[in-house]
Amino acid sequence: MAEQIQKKEILLRSEQKHTFKENLQYTLHEMKRNQTCYYMLAPFMIFFIIFTVIPVCMSLPIGFTDFDMAHFPPKFVGLQNFYAMFLEDDVFIGSIRTTLIFAIFTGPLSYAMSFLLAWLINELHPILKTAFTLIFYAPSMAGNIYFVWQLIFSGDSYGYLNAFLQSMGITTGAIQWLTDANYVLSCVIVVQLWVSMGAGFLALRAGFQSIDKSMYEAGAIEGIKNRTQELIYITIPSMGPQLMFAAVMQIVSSFTVDIVGRSLAGFPSTDYKVHTIMTHAFDYGWVRYEMGYASAICFVLFLAMLLCNKLISKVLGKYMN
Amino acid sequence: MAKKEVKPSQIAAQIEAENAAALEALRKRREKEHRKMERSKGSNKRVGKSWVNDIWIFLLLTVLGLFMIAPIYIAVITSLKPVQEIFIMPPRLYAIDPTADNFKDLFQVANNSWVPFSRNVLNSIFVTIAATLLHVVFACMAAFILAKCKFPGVKLINKMVVIALLFNSTVTYIMQYIVMAQLGMINTYSALIFPLVATSMGLYLMIQSVGQIPDAMIEAAKVDGAGLMRICWGIVMPNSKPAIMTIIIFQFQAAWNSTGGNLVYDEALKTIPTVVQQIAAAGIARQGAIAASAVVLMIPPLAIFIAAQSNVMETMAHAGMKD
Repeated sequence: MAEQIQKKEILLRSEQKHTFKENLQYTLHEMKRNQTCYYMLAPFMIFFIIFTVIPVCMSLPIGFTDFDMAHFPPKFVGLQNFYAMFLEDDVFIGSIRTTLIFAIFTGPLSYAMSFLLAWLINELHPILKTAFTLIFYAPSMAGNIYFVWQLIFSGDSYGYLNAFLQSMGITTGAIQWLTDANYVLSCVIVVQLWVSMGAGFLALRAGFQSIDKSMYEAGAIEGIKNRTQELIYITIPSMGPQLMFAAVMQIVSSFTVDIVGRSLAGFPSTDYKVHTIMTHAFDYGWVRYEMGYASAICFVLFLAMLLCNKLISKVLGKYMN
Repeated sequence: MAKKEVKPSQIAAQIEAENAAALEALRKRREKEHRKMERSKGSNKRVGKSWVNDIWIFLLLTVLGLFMIAPIYIAVITSLKPVQEIFIMPPRLYAIDPTADNFKDLFQVANNSWVPFSRNVLNSIFVTIAATLLHVVFACMAAFILAKCKFPGVKLINKMVVIALLFNSTVTYIMQYIVMAQLGMINTYSALIFPLVATSMGLYLMIQSVGQIPDAMIEAAKVDGAGLMRICWGIVMPNSKPAIMTIIIFQFQAAWNSTGGNLVYDEALKTIPTVVQQIAAAGIARQGAIAASAVVLMIPPLAIFIAAQSNVMETMAHAGMKD
């Protein structure tokens, strides 16, 4: 009996050894059999690899060098860029703080806002639904229209906000919204919230629309009393995938706040108040052409985004079916 | 022979019938989903549904909507104000004497620059159409393969596509520039077009949508002897029209608004948004012209979105992430 078991074990082990080799052969065979798949995939993948995968993967190796696009080959400097970033560059440390502030306000806040708005819009008549969806989505669609906020926040009395506050008698003098270090961050956060209703918002809108109505009827029979309970016990659990997609979109937009701040508050902004990590990368990449350092910054940002993504998928994991 | 002989034509007819049935089933499901979406009022059995609630919701949304729409309204108004009205203090929320001068100004200023404005307009149109076309054709093929075929590496690539949603062009811009410089693409049309082709958002939405098509249909076509290419363009894509419309819209928006500021320095290659930025750099004196340009730039994406709104909603319903 024991002998038999031993034999079986040996057989199993040898089988396992075989499996690897066989696996490889099988894989190659499968690859050959499915050639057409690769051909059809190739056009997109070539662009995808050159313009997305390679740039993301290259950020670490280039981050180890001192590279200015003119001198070849790039000079290897080891960890010096990362060392300088965290220990010597005060502006970078400040930019982490700013990015986190932006991420907190435009991340969860805007996420909650899109969810709430999508929920409320879904209660209305179809025509109103379309109209409101368009209204809330329009700012993120309309390219560079955020320049209008410059007219609103303008520092003289020509500014709409200043004129409004003065006519109401709340303030007497004109406030320098975009150059005063006390106000500029809040102003840019408002604008950033304004443009943040993008693809994530649309996904949530569509998600609410596609929930099976009979679930609510069943819920009513099961004893759900009000709308809040309905939201917690039926709506949110059945919208996991949409919530996840919207979260990813939100991470992207809140970690890469840059252009809105730069074009409204100027570059560099007063006291580096709206200087985010992206702005810092812009500064080193396009103004100083220190591509090595800029790449190192980008790499740190990539890592932060990936980490955040992992975290959120852990949190939302229980709603996935 | 005991076995009953089956004629090839009979098999073909049977497959045809199966195909038709699968298509019919898909169409019915689509219709059902559509009706479900249309029936927004819900049945009377819903708890807490009353018209009083609806009015409160409507009022709340109107207030928030006004906040969203106000800046766009101000842009439109500013573009219609004659110069003397732009500098009225305090600023007014309407134009006393609306004119189209700003729009004329915009074209005049743009025409007096190094190259005629029509060149920039053509650039924009060319870049937008090329980027959208390439992206849509390539993404459709790739999405069909990634959603419906099994071969070594398919899971890995699918994962990569999802992760790549995090790395949109804003973050990878600097790194893309380095890669493009190495490839000698700087200051060519390809620098403006190719990075836009590679965005994973469209591919992702397409994969999710193609995933909804029943496997039976594809199997049936395979039995009929259709190649993958034929299945993709003959069966899968005609049944994914809403998704195709959606990625066209997203891609159009992205391409139309992309400035590509650092990628081209030749005036003759610049697109409208870049030129508008240059005009805007003149500051307060050109306020009217800036507003006019923003309004002009806003119209095409807005018009396309309104026209295809229901398609977008249908596609985004499948946009969810499972892991």
